[in-house]
Amino acid sequence: MTFSPQLEERFAKMLSIYPPGRERSAVIPMLIYAQDEVGAVTRELVEEVARRCKVTPLQVDEVVGYYSMLHRKPSGKYHVQVCTNISCLLTGGEELYEHAKKKLGIGHKEVTPDGQFSLEEVECMGACSWAPAVEINYDFHHFVTPEKLDQLIEGLRSKH
Amino acid sequence: MLYNEPSPLETRVVSKRFGMLNSASLDTYLATDGYQAFRKAREMKPEQIVEEVKTSALRGRGGAGFPTGLKWSFVPRTSPHPKYIIVNADESEPGTCKDRLLMEYDPHQMIEGILIAALAVDAHAGYIYIRGEYRYLIEIVDRAIAEAYAKGYLGKNVAGTGFDFDLYTHSGAGAYECGEETALLDSIEGKRGIPRMKPPFPAVAGAWGFPTLLNNVETFSAVPEIIRSGGAAFAALGVPKAGGTRLVCISGHVNRPGVYELPLGYPMLKSIYEVAGGIPGGRKLKAVIPGGSSCPILKASECDIPMDYDTLAKVGSMLGSGGMVVMDETTDMVRLGLRIMRFYAHESCGWCIPCREGTTWLKKILTRMVEGHGQREDVALLGELSKNMLGRTFCALGDAAALPTISIVEKFAEDFEKHLKPEMVMV
Repeated sequence: MTFSPQLEERFAKMLSIYPPGRERSAVIPMLIYAQDEVGAVTRELVEEVARRCKVTPLQVDEVVGYYSMLHRKPSGKYHVQVCTNISCLLTGGEELYEHAKKKLGIGHKEVTPDGQFSLEEVECMGACSWAPAVEINYDFHHFVTPEKLDQLIEGLRSKH
Repeated sequence: MLYNEPSPLETRVVSKRFGMLNSASLDTYLATDGYQAFRKAREMKPEQIVEEVKTSALRGRGGAGFPTGLKWSFVPRTSPHPKYIIVNADESEPGTCKDRLLMEYDPHQMIEGILIAALAVDAHAGYIYIRGEYRYLIEIVDRAIAEAYAKGYLGKNVAGTGFDFDLYTHSGAGAYECGEETALLDSIEGKRGIPRMKPPFPAVAGAWGFPTLLNNVETFSAVPEIIRSGGAAFAALGVPKAGGTRLVCISGHVNRPGVYELPLGYPMLKSIYEVAGGIPGGRKLKAVIPGGSSCPILKASECDIPMDYDTLAKVGSMLGSGGMVVMDETTDMVRLGLRIMRFYAHESCGWCIPCREGTTWLKKILTRMVEGHGQREDVALLGELSKNMLGRTFCALGDAAALPTISIVEKFAEDFEKHLKPEMVMV
């Protein structure tokens, strides 16, 4: 499997920073960066990461099953993550999540038919003092209201 | 731009550069005493550095509040094996959002703290384990690291002192459990994050089996100031046995939620009503989670206290990670309890049965209550099940799920009434 030159460079560095013989340490960072480029943790990717980190594919699979950001099916181009944990709950996070479901017409971990958006109700993402919070891909949005979420989604839609 | 306005009531020590122009850059850092503490520490004996940190009464800012100097003294610095520094930047305790700011606005302060710790324990490599959701921070910290290498503050011969140290970031991929230090170690080794049996403690056998010093971002970030101004001066900012200041993340029902740096021992009610501007609509305070979702919840009548470790322990709770969640009189504690339990059931790694099964059953019982099918016996069952989890797991996640539940059952019994199914009446 080949990746972009930037990712190959990142992987080369990842394999060099741990003590000798400890390539396995690169499994998780490698999976998450590769997922961003490939779109999902595919069978092929599991085998490739296993080969590069000198572990069995099973040792990679058990990791994929554990970490909540790793997923085997592709997300939307824009992955909308709405937090409903305590600080967000107290400031309208659940209502915001319900609004997002209606706005996008999809539920938890579902993808819109055009593949543009996916939605996920997530656990605390570390934005409690600026709640409710939404993370779209890796961008944080604070003090999000239903109107503000609509604007964000419309803004992303109009990019196409 | 800062995420919230600072308060004039703050004591800005670790956050003193927040809001400065280009505060994350090496130039700004060097212009504001940056890397002076490292040079000073290089002139000290390692034991003196550890003593200075002990004198500062700094306690771990990740949640457990363990005395930092003591933790450093456990690392066998003369061991022939390599020793590692690991920074816990897996900030994920609900209510907590402070390490984000320390990495975003002042990454060099953290790096300098890591370097000083490395001198103290004779480590020559370190890893910053940053939660996967914080990708933008990985980029900021990577840039700061690259800048430090370029200007000679990392790598071979750090700042011309003959000391070598390499530092790297490591991305997580979404797992609360990896904030637990031994689960983090398994994670950094490329495995599922599952807690290890202790002892041996990480200081003796940590990452890859080697002696490892693990501290939270905020803990390392406090170290340069301790060395620069002296442990005694830092200690004097706080209260006996809990030195310095800490970043308090105030969230929930307050007019000015935000992260504020307050001295240890700061009055809790003052932080709510003055620092955070009080409760919207003049509503009454009902409850406070003092330090993240793992802490037993306090009733309003218990909140007239100074925020330090010993006082919180006396009222049966914890200062935790500094995530203070404020709830007004409109809050339904059963719904809140359910949300907390959904979180722990999701995040339980499954290793210990009392935690895996306990959180799942507690979630089911709380769900049926919120859905209107609660039975009167369920209230006692919640308390009993929770208490049976206490102390029966490898790590603190089981207790973290049980403790807030017990506090809701014991302190907010009236909130369950409206969730109970009306009694069947024979006619």
